[in-house]
Amino acid sequence: MIAELGHYALVLALGLGLIQATAPIIGARAYDPALMRLANSTALMQFGFVAFSFAALTVCYVNSDFSVANVFENSHSRMPLIYKITSVWGNHEGSMLLWVLILALFGALVAAFGNNLPATLKAYVLAVQSWIASAFYLFILLTSNPFLRLDQVPAEGRDLNPILQDPGLAIHPPLLYVGYVGFSIAFSFAIAALIEGRIDAAWARWVRPWTLAAWMFLTIGIAMGSYWAYYTLGWGGFWFWDPVENASFMPWLAGTALLHSAVVMEKRNALKIWTILLAILTFSLSLIGTFLVRSGVLTSVHAFATDPTRGVFILAILILFIGGGLTLFAWRAPMLKQGGIFAPLSREGALVFNNLFLTTACLTVFVGTLYPLALEALTGDKISVGAPFFNLTFGPLFVSLLFVVPFGPLLAWKRGDILGVAQRLMAAFAIGILAVAATFAVENGQSVLAPFGVGLAFYVMAGSLIDLVERTGLFRLPLATVRMRAAGLPRSTWGTAVAHFGVAVSMLGIICAATWGSERIIALKPTQAVAISGYDISFDGISQKPGPNYESLIAKFTVRRDGAIVGVLEPSKRTFSSRSMTTNEAALMTIGAGQLYLSLGDPNDDGALAIRLYYKPMVMLIWLGAVVMMLGGALSLSDRRLRVGAPKPAAKPAMQAAE
Amino acid sequence: MTRKQRRLVLIGTSLSVLAFAAALVLSAMRDSIVFFTSPTDVVEKQNKPGARLRIGGLVKPGSVARGDNLLVRFAITDGKTDISVHYQGIVPDLFREGQGVVAEGKLESGGAFAADTVLAKHDERYMPREVVDALKQSGRWQEGEAKGSGSTPR
Repeated sequence: MIAELGHYALVLALGLGLIQATAPIIGARAYDPALMRLANSTALMQFGFVAFSFAALTVCYVNSDFSVANVFENSHSRMPLIYKITSVWGNHEGSMLLWVLILALFGALVAAFGNNLPATLKAYVLAVQSWIASAFYLFILLTSNPFLRLDQVPAEGRDLNPILQDPGLAIHPPLLYVGYVGFSIAFSFAIAALIEGRIDAAWARWVRPWTLAAWMFLTIGIAMGSYWAYYTLGWGGFWFWDPVENASFMPWLAGTALLHSAVVMEKRNALKIWTILLAILTFSLSLIGTFLVRSGVLTSVHAFATDPTRGVFILAILILFIGGGLTLFAWRAPMLKQGGIFAPLSREGALVFNNLFLTTACLTVFVGTLYPLALEALTGDKISVGAPFFNLTFGPLFVSLLFVVPFGPLLAWKRGDILGVAQRLMAAFAIGILAVAATFAVENGQSVLAPFGVGLAFYVMAGSLIDLVERTGLFRLPLATVRMRAAGLPRSTWGTAVAHFGVAVSMLGIICAATWGSERIIALKPTQAVAISGYDISFDGISQKPGPNYESLIAKFTVRRDGAIVGVLEPSKRTFSSRSMTTNEAALMTIGAGQLYLSLGDPNDDGALAIRLYYKPMVMLIWLGAVVMMLGGALSLSDRRLRVGAPKPAAKPAMQAAE
Repeated sequence: MTRKQRRLVLIGTSLSVLAFAAALVLSAMRDSIVFFTSPTDVVEKQNKPGARLRIGGLVKPGSVARGDNLLVRFAITDGKTDISVHYQGIVPDLFREGQGVVAEGKLESGGAFAADTVLAKHDERYMPREVVDALKQSGRWQEGEAKGSGSTPR
């Protein structure tokens, strides 16, 4: 019964979606406030129905109702409750339901908190949001219905893919989806602005917090995914340049560019057309990501199902929204009035530089990800474009960008003094050079490039703090004054500094872990030991232990340094009988920011056990940096100017026509 | 600076960055791209020794032998042709005889293949697409083979 109710709720949501996709537009055209207001209630109700539908599917999973095909395929009655719940989105149908749930949530949020928006703009935004939602409701109902019943009720489910039975996966997809789908708001605002044919700083003030929120979730979602791959796949790698990873990374790059260009638009009323284009492109990349991951074009853990009709349907959605959005852009964008003028060397110029490099870097990732697909479709040749390609193309572009990062916030708007800024950055240059020298001295010649990378990271870290140091008067003024000044600084200034600092922290982690890590792959018998980076690891023995829906084989290792015990590593292998599959649970020991990483291979006939042992210095900084970036975003989001309900600072009328 | 000059600076910078990126992409394309083939293709097309390849197929039953220092020898087959592969390291959890596998590495002059990466399928329902294609080519593929035994609704 509950499954049928869930299905019915989704059909109702589609009905509401279709109303919301049309009525507000008619209302805005005729300036009929009642019709425009209709979008508010339909958006809220849509969210209610989708949430009910999602809850219904969750109840089926929690109760292990195997008469529902989707539950039978992806759940097991002996699975722990947490994984029963996460199985809801651990499959194609359920994850699409999660996607529309978040889409409806964002629509409802605009409806609920968008009271200070111009009425027509709000009506258009909600209508566009509903076009997207309706397309995806149709997709779910026609090709991926999670509520289908089986004729005969099986006694037991087929279990969730064991590599997905992990706490990391419980939060990774929802975070990533909030990021992906959050960019739909920027898209809807862009399309609404194009339909209306006008755009102003108030528009940017509205779009920026939504983009920022989406970006924060995407940042942390990508970091979670990377950490999950790191400890579950047993290779100790944190980024594989796998197409599926790239699918989430491209919207991140474009979204980061959008954040920065929206600043220019908000503050200086410039770069309007570019910002609109970026908003369309960012969400387009999110859609392309969904297509790549969900259509089965790529084979990976994420490609749950390879049903061609689904691929074609998503492709149709993709063409409709990207093609439609870009066509509308080409037609209407020339009508938007040009904004403020600025010299190339200025804050605006630096932000344009940022946009140029981020979008170009995004383009190289796009080429590397889609070229193999295009080549196979055209010539039949199958190639794989791996990490070396991306390191050679993305790497240099991103390094050039990082070098400029500290300049941006220090340059003045309109016309900046580049030499003055360079002088103010002297301390950062000095710290960077010192870091290069110190790294060369310590590393004894393992790598020539890496010390410069470390220097760059330290320079960016120092450079992003300089603005704060100068403006609070740290080291110059008494501490009480510094504290008062620090409290008085706008939160967005703090946010910028913290987020840029976070980028450098991640970069430092990536360089150190990739360059100075050590690796041992060896077969060990009990009581034998192996040494790595100053640690001695001895193999104590193997034991068996049953889990809820698996059997685990646990190996115990003792870690010693100079003879003293530092800790115990217990990697295990889990065998899931329901899928005749084993997973590897690597054992991790965090030492400072570095980690010892041990995962198990196969036992040999002579009783030896193959192991992979890594020491990864500073590896935790990679994910810590992402958390710092997110904090920076949160600080910026809490800026008074952007807070929902805060009084509008500008006395200027928001609806300044730009004919 | 006039609006026109400003625009020229902007366009000039953009074009040079794009040109720089294009140069990077093209040079990387030459050096770091790996072609995928089936065992039959490897033999028929007479790839030069030293070429970097990805070979996909099934692990030939009875061919897996383990040596010292984690050396693994096995043969990849597409039903028609076998290629013998050697690999030093830990094979993935789902590496089994008769199952799909993709090996990446270099072709040696004797016709053997030195793999530096071995990939297996992720779970019992899924087989690498490249393996499916290799099997289809050699006519050993039966539709529905990878789908598993479970009932599908409809």
